[in-house]
Amino acid sequence: MSEVDFTWLIGGPQGSGVESGANIFSRVCAEMGYQVFGKREFYSNIKGEHSYFTLRIADHKIHSNVNDVTLMVSFDAETIFRHFEEVISGGGIIYDSDLEKTKTDDVHTLDAPFKERLHKELESKNKPFTIAGVLEIVKEKGVSLFPVSFKSILTTLAEETENPRLKGLVRMFNVIGVSLSLGLVKMPPDSLQKTIGAIFAKKQVIAELNQQTANYSYNYATAKFDSFSHLLTGIQKEPGTLLVQGHQGTALGKMSCGCRFQPYYPITPASDESVFLESNEILEITNDRPGSTAVIQTEDEIAAMGMTIGGALTGTRSATCTSGPGFALMTEMIGWAGINEVPIVITNYQRSGPSTGLPTRHGQDDLLFSVFAGHGDFPKIVYASGDIEESFYDTGNCFNYAETFQVPVIHLMDKFLASSVITCKRFDTQRIPINRGKLLETVDDDYRRFEFTDDGISPRSRLGIDNGIFWSTGDESDETGHITEDPVLRVKMMDKRMSRLDLILKNIPEEEQVLSFGTADHTIISWGSAKGPILDAIDMLKKEGISIGFIQVKLLHPFPTDIVKSLIKDTKTIIDIEANHSAQFGKLFNQNIQRDIDYFILKYTGRAMTSTEIYDSLKKIIENKANKREILMHGA
Amino acid sequence: MALKLADYKTDVHNDWCPGCGDFGIVNAIQMALADMGIQRDKTVMFSGIGCSGKTSHYINTYGIHTLHGRVLTFAQGAKIANPELTVVAVGGDGDGLGIGAGHFVAAGRRNVNMTYIIFDNGVYGLTKGQASPTLKLGEQTKSLPSPNTNYNVNPIGLAVASGFTFVARGYSYDVRHLKDLIVQAVNHKGLSFLDVLQPCPTYNDINTRDWYAGVDLMDEAQKRHSRIYKLEETGYDPIVHYANEVEINEKLSQSLIKSLEWGNKIPIGVFYKNDTISPYTTRLQDKIPNYVENPPSKQNISKNGYSNTDISKILDSLEV
Repeated sequence: MSEVDFTWLIGGPQGSGVESGANIFSRVCAEMGYQVFGKREFYSNIKGEHSYFTLRIADHKIHSNVNDVTLMVSFDAETIFRHFEEVISGGGIIYDSDLEKTKTDDVHTLDAPFKERLHKELESKNKPFTIAGVLEIVKEKGVSLFPVSFKSILTTLAEETENPRLKGLVRMFNVIGVSLSLGLVKMPPDSLQKTIGAIFAKKQVIAELNQQTANYSYNYATAKFDSFSHLLTGIQKEPGTLLVQGHQGTALGKMSCGCRFQPYYPITPASDESVFLESNEILEITNDRPGSTAVIQTEDEIAAMGMTIGGALTGTRSATCTSGPGFALMTEMIGWAGINEVPIVITNYQRSGPSTGLPTRHGQDDLLFSVFAGHGDFPKIVYASGDIEESFYDTGNCFNYAETFQVPVIHLMDKFLASSVITCKRFDTQRIPINRGKLLETVDDDYRRFEFTDDGISPRSRLGIDNGIFWSTGDESDETGHITEDPVLRVKMMDKRMSRLDLILKNIPEEEQVLSFGTADHTIISWGSAKGPILDAIDMLKKEGISIGFIQVKLLHPFPTDIVKSLIKDTKTIIDIEANHSAQFGKLFNQNIQRDIDYFILKYTGRAMTSTEIYDSLKKIIENKANKREILMHGA
Repeated sequence: MALKLADYKTDVHNDWCPGCGDFGIVNAIQMALADMGIQRDKTVMFSGIGCSGKTSHYINTYGIHTLHGRVLTFAQGAKIANPELTVVAVGGDGDGLGIGAGHFVAAGRRNVNMTYIIFDNGVYGLTKGQASPTLKLGEQTKSLPSPNTNYNVNPIGLAVASGFTFVARGYSYDVRHLKDLIVQAVNHKGLSFLDVLQPCPTYNDINTRDWYAGVDLMDEAQKRHSRIYKLEETGYDPIVHYANEVEINEKLSQSLIKSLEWGNKIPIGVFYKNDTISPYTTRLQDKIPNYVENPPSKQNISKNGYSNTDISKILDSLEV
């Protein structure tokens, strides 16, 4: 039996239910045993601009999206104009037949540069600038078209159910689209009804309305549509499978590992994490009274960072969550936490910079900024997760590192991870221990917070414990925490703090620093969310008998030079893959390893990489046809 | 054993200029702490940056010397995470009303149960006397190359408008009166603000000790007329007695009008006190019922070295 690898794309104006449509579809597929990888793309806009969700469904583990779309469903014209070329020969498009005459000029949200490119193409193919024109192109390519009037579905349904309200309910379009799609691929209908019931569990009336609409649309597709060669009829479900969204990995990680204080300032795409934490602020504690996370919305990111440090000084595991622009505001305080040896975790969901950049789009833009964040020399950890599942466990580790080494930890996530949805194994809350380092519960007399010790780490008191009085200052200080400008003491203090960088490299287990997926003549070095599409691209090449190595560096500062060096010693060609313009990781690699990188595969369109485009570039590299810098462009 | 005034002092060398008004404030804080018999290791002094920033090093409680303009953020974070702490934050007027003005306003809205004291001298001392937010438009203190081009901030008015629920002004050379104000401020349930007029003998040659004492206002009988007078001696009632809008608005307006008095008559004392507004603790308790008994800093987060947090219900909801 051939393997299932199916991509479904749903698009529409922002606010029209694209996301909830995708939510239903992905849950149904996951319920029916499939592996799911989905990603949402959206404008910095509340209502009206084009938003779409690409869901890849497979019967084997997948880590990324591909370029090819098997089935596209659209309830607006813009989705067709923007995505028609992605649908493969043999694939299908379900669309609203009432839109066929729509001209490109009728769609006000089509921006000029895109329209110009589209017109040029339509002109070259001698097609009119309409939906009909575009559909002619895909039809010639071998795409099946499934026209249906969404309005008449509602009208008929309203008559049949004697519910006139339904007639004008355009917000049902998403459910119609989802149900038509599921009918077409012959997904068992029970799972659709069950999923809608679960999603609207608290709104009985809305659940029923949606279920009726779904049922009617599903049956419409099975009765009226021609058969489709790609089917999703369900497979054996693996027990203990989660369907999780990007921000939930770090949020659940924080709850589980005992983060009890999170001040934050709203910013895309980071705030979802804080909102999720606050929505679940009361925590169940095994054999104890309930715990809680105090989630505080502050006046700006500076205040968020200041409060986080204040919380950490009381011995509370404290964190904040932000994105590039907010992180930029925090940097002075990160230095304060550094000189005062305060354990804090900053979860940075990176996005496309510089400045406001592409505020709702992806970029691995803040690596070098994170490594060098703050003025002056002080120890810190920069750590990056490669996927959502990793991010749950990494969050616990980040707090352990922060408290063990008494340093600020910057945990790098990004927009790609934040707006992805995946299936993965249920998180194991007992895998990562809780290690609080030299945090004191009681203090004897004669306590000195910054006491010189053999390992360079002083026992840590917390505000409010008996005999634990200490002083902290952003100035250089003596062992008690009082200001000093003595040159000899300054050197001792500086050396004490900075010695931690070596300690970090020595004490963090190797497998937490670097993940090796094997090495070969051609070996990829990368970090963060590029992992998923890289793994899938390597898999594609493997099927062709081509073996490519991959090293994922998780600990980015201090840099695990020795580990990486020994892993790549036999590699002939080094390929750096990341989502930014200047190959920031490549620079860091170069600085630490002192070895040139042979090829760069980079993407800075603001859209996440697909495995297809990485595969294409790797293939070119293998065949000696690649540019030194391969720049990826896929995605609307 | 009862604590004495000396117990609240550290032996850190104090390097403020001779005659600095800051000495009076630090003395008043230490006296207030001793008066209240406050437990040293349940108290945290937070300070900003500048001459006043060194205050936390001179007081023998927990002392956190933070960043320029940001003292309130650190202090609120600690107090929210551990509501058992007595928290006092201090800083200069440039620190709190210039670079930190945004935090000042936001802190008022939160009404966290703590005290903020501004050392108000009209200049940035440690950077050699630039104009600070409370210096009046057109005034030229001695190290300014030209007269001040900015209008002044009204600290009392800004505090009242931002939601501070206890707003008072002290004078650093009336240490006893200032000490009483600090005691009231610390005992207030909510965010209390103290604007302390504090002559800078080195850089502010306008608002000097003699100027406040009214040496220039001698009458024909050679009698001095101090500019400073005490609100409580004039029958001024700062307290909001009833939780109704009319009463609150009246007391707010009254304090705002009073705060505009300057020149030959400068009021000190309590301008506004409103216990009818919920402190932040109560607002958190409304969301998290056991917040006070089991705040973030008191929670036990592990058992045998592993997580004791049970997130299985959330995981169940995500399981397919």
